[in-house]
Amino acid sequence: MNATISDGAMVTALIAMLGGAIRVSTPFMFVALGECLTEKSGRINLGLEGSLVLGAMVAYAASYLTGSPWTGVLFAGCAGLVLGALHGFICKLPKVNDIAVGIAFMSFGTGLAFFFGKPYIQPQAPRLEAIHLGDWTGDPRLAQALEVNPLFFVGVGLALFMAWAFRNTRFGLIIRMTGDSAAAAKAMGVSVDLVRFIATAVGGFLAGIGGAFLSLYYPGSWNQGLSSGQGLMAVALVIFARWGPLRCILAALLFGAAGALGPSLQSVGISQGYYFFNAAPYILTLFIMVASARSKAAAREAPGELSITK
Amino acid sequence: MADMTVQPLSVAAVKRRPSVGTLKLAESIFIPLAALIVSAALFSIFLLCLGKSPLMFFQLIWVGGFGSSFSFQNSLQRAAPLILTGLAFAIPARIGLTMIGGEGALVLGGLAAAAIAIPLVSAGVAPFLTLPVMALAAILAGGVWIGFAGWLRYYRGVNETISSLLLSYIAIATMNFFVEGALRDPASANKPSTMPIGDAYRIGAIPGTQVHWGLAAGLLLAVILHVAMTRTTFGFAARVTGGNARAALAQGLPVGKLIVICCMLAGGCAGLAGFYEVAAVHGQANASLVAGYGFTGILVAFLARQVPLAVVPVAVLFGALAAAGGVIQRRMGMPDATVLVLQGLIFVVLLTSETFYGRIPFFQPKSAEDRT
Repeated sequence: MNATISDGAMVTALIAMLGGAIRVSTPFMFVALGECLTEKSGRINLGLEGSLVLGAMVAYAASYLTGSPWTGVLFAGCAGLVLGALHGFICKLPKVNDIAVGIAFMSFGTGLAFFFGKPYIQPQAPRLEAIHLGDWTGDPRLAQALEVNPLFFVGVGLALFMAWAFRNTRFGLIIRMTGDSAAAAKAMGVSVDLVRFIATAVGGFLAGIGGAFLSLYYPGSWNQGLSSGQGLMAVALVIFARWGPLRCILAALLFGAAGALGPSLQSVGISQGYYFFNAAPYILTLFIMVASARSKAAAREAPGELSITK
Repeated sequence: MADMTVQPLSVAAVKRRPSVGTLKLAESIFIPLAALIVSAALFSIFLLCLGKSPLMFFQLIWVGGFGSSFSFQNSLQRAAPLILTGLAFAIPARIGLTMIGGEGALVLGGLAAAAIAIPLVSAGVAPFLTLPVMALAAILAGGVWIGFAGWLRYYRGVNETISSLLLSYIAIATMNFFVEGALRDPASANKPSTMPIGDAYRIGAIPGTQVHWGLAAGLLLAVILHVAMTRTTFGFAARVTGGNARAALAQGLPVGKLIVICCMLAGGCAGLAGFYEVAAVHGQANASLVAGYGFTGILVAFLARQVPLAVVPVAVLFGALAAAGGVIQRRMGMPDATVLVLQGLIFVVLLTSETFYGRIPFFQPKSAEDRT
């Protein structure tokens, strides 16, 4: 920052970043929670990027055709569910590598979304309504920043529920056991394949909802450049969050803030280096991966069966 | 991924039965081919559901990809970068890495070539000096990029699949940053680009064809890398590492060095593809470099089972698919993403087919012998 930028612009940029962090973080949050669930069961699904893009397209199309954005959200989840279930089904075959299948689903999901999404690039679909939390402040900038989409709260609630369920419910315990030791799960009479299948399918459902947020709220339209690797970054985010649903929320907010850096600087007139700031989330992810790769805390909390940490 | 070798594994051939090596080779040709046929069948069902004719679709692929001399040359033109990006995935795969950053290395290689060309072309340095410098810059840029991902993998324990894909996004952002900023040619109003290198500096076509020299470079590199991976100590060490990194370490192999070298070779291949895109196809660096060659290259390498020589025919096949995309779009009224759907479908079916290796009785020499 140089001296020509006044304090007022600085505050505007910071407020824009706060609002941006909340907005941008929501898709990260859903994909990360989905991936967290899948990875807790001992499998990794890199194909959530595909689920995200397909979810975004299906949500937009369904919202346009039915006129109800929440129907779109539901359909997006179902599209993600189908892709996740396929991934889960294929990976249970012997000798199949879950990372490679994930790459395949990344391109398959994206291809399907582009194919069926062509007619929906032009029309305007009804979008999700935001909850106005900041009107009492009387500051238009704050009011705009605090327009929060209900899906954000759904995500936070879901994270709280998952954190509780992993510790306190039978199914949560079974998922963690499957992820830490398939042999132990088998000995207990648990079907490892079934648990992982369900965890991957539900993970895909959540990623699809993350996609719905992209097309129905922010940026709020469907086009082929809609997703910029959020699905993939979420995988790194889960590693950073050390497989804890609550830490996923914090990590998603951090990623959201990084993603909002470029647009919020642009809002106060700093457009130079726009592309560089756009790369900020990727650079941040890479740094975080380097920092957490050899960390002992991460190694302790990683599910034992996960191929990515081996 | 199962490590496949084309060489005979044992000298003791079973009498009146094909040798183990032949059977393994037959298996690794049969299963991917079967996967292709199953994908085509599934895609036909998909087309029928949409009310389109599968027959017409595959006929158009044939016509648009191989039908005439012109269309075949178009296919070869598109196959050239695919060979190089296919190699960029196949080489690290032999050492056990799933490195999917070919797209980024290609883009960065193209940017490096275009950037270094600006002062050289302005100074009027002769093309035969400029072009090698450009190629070298591209190879270095790509090599360092993927080599970095390999280094992170071995020395920092960072998962290479995610890091290389992140590096791709960073590479594309870097390219946009320079092309829209410091290196932008003011004359490029609608599509920000670097300064055109000019016709005198363009790489021409292979004599008698319209295909640029990138194809020859790809062929040559495929042969060289094939020999290097299967006939040299280096390749053997790399394959041992890919089979079992711990055993390789115990044997005293320089695993870290091998990984970084393999990744640099891979990045160099993708970077070279970027060089040809700039020097032979576009004449400048711009967003057209991000054409998905890097990602299709992953599929090419998987279908070729990571065998450098096999990358060539598979790349031609996918080059034809890409070349036919336009015809399919026009004649059948289908979106350009049709090819993407087919590619994704092939990808999924192909990886599912991995499960059949070693499980089809016909290809198992020992058990067949026991049973008779």
